[in-house]
Amino acid sequence: MATKRLAFVIRSLPYKTEASRLALTHAISSQTVEIYLNDGDLVEASVSYVSDGVLNCLKGQQGSKHYGITTIEGHAKNSLLLDLKVLVCKEDLDKFGLTEDNILMDAEDIGGETKANIVSYSEIQKEMETADHLLFC
Amino acid sequence: MGKLTIGTFSSLVGSLSLDFSIKLAEAALKKGHTVDFWMSGNATMLAKKGQKAFKVYSFLAKTIQEMIATGNFKITACEACAEARGYHKEDCPDGFLRKSMDWYLASTFDADRVLHIGGD
Repeated sequence: MATKRLAFVIRSLPYKTEASRLALTHAISSQTVEIYLNDGDLVEASVSYVSDGVLNCLKGQQGSKHYGITTIEGHAKNSLLLDLKVLVCKEDLDKFGLTEDNILMDAEDIGGETKANIVSYSEIQKEMETADHLLFC
Repeated sequence: MGKLTIGTFSSLVGSLSLDFSIKLAEAALKKGHTVDFWMSGNATMLAKKGQKAFKVYSFLAKTIQEMIATGNFKITACEACAEARGYHKEDCPDGFLRKSMDWYLASTFDADRVLHIGGD
């Protein structure tokens, strides 16, 4: 029995490419990975937003209205609903003049109990150092 | 010998990241390692048969078939990403697999190294 920890680090802009959305959908797929593994083995994913990537967390995204597709905000909300560990870089939020009022912090409206954590980059660095594998997106 | 899991989102034409990741996988195979190769997003373009070789574009089909023939190389495309682009099961080249994203995460479980390449 073992658990492997994967750290998805999202640094790309939302909607410009598919990378941040794919990072979230891959991280969320950790919830069904057991079908491929032996009993008791797990893969645990965390999501950290850094650099331009913090813009993926903005509230009130209109992807559905303008592109007819699900929003990245919706995927981010699902990641919280599924209790993934979510870290958002405070220094990078500051650079954009954003606070927790501007970004998705929880999924309470759909029954989620886990909250996003606004942390300094040093905390994200620790998350990366303790993960078994890093996936930059 | 070890196991390497490589994932990429980058497209075949328009980026050389996918070429790089295949060349890296090929080098690892030649050293005796096993490689799981995952394609998601635009990278699923590689999982379309009938690609024609031009000097100005990447052509990896022949190399990949040789890699598959070693028995130490699994190449798998994200099924949803491929379907969204109109690449169906019957369009997939011989030896390629199509799975959901959790296949990739499962592959990382016993990988000695995971390289996630690209993001464009």
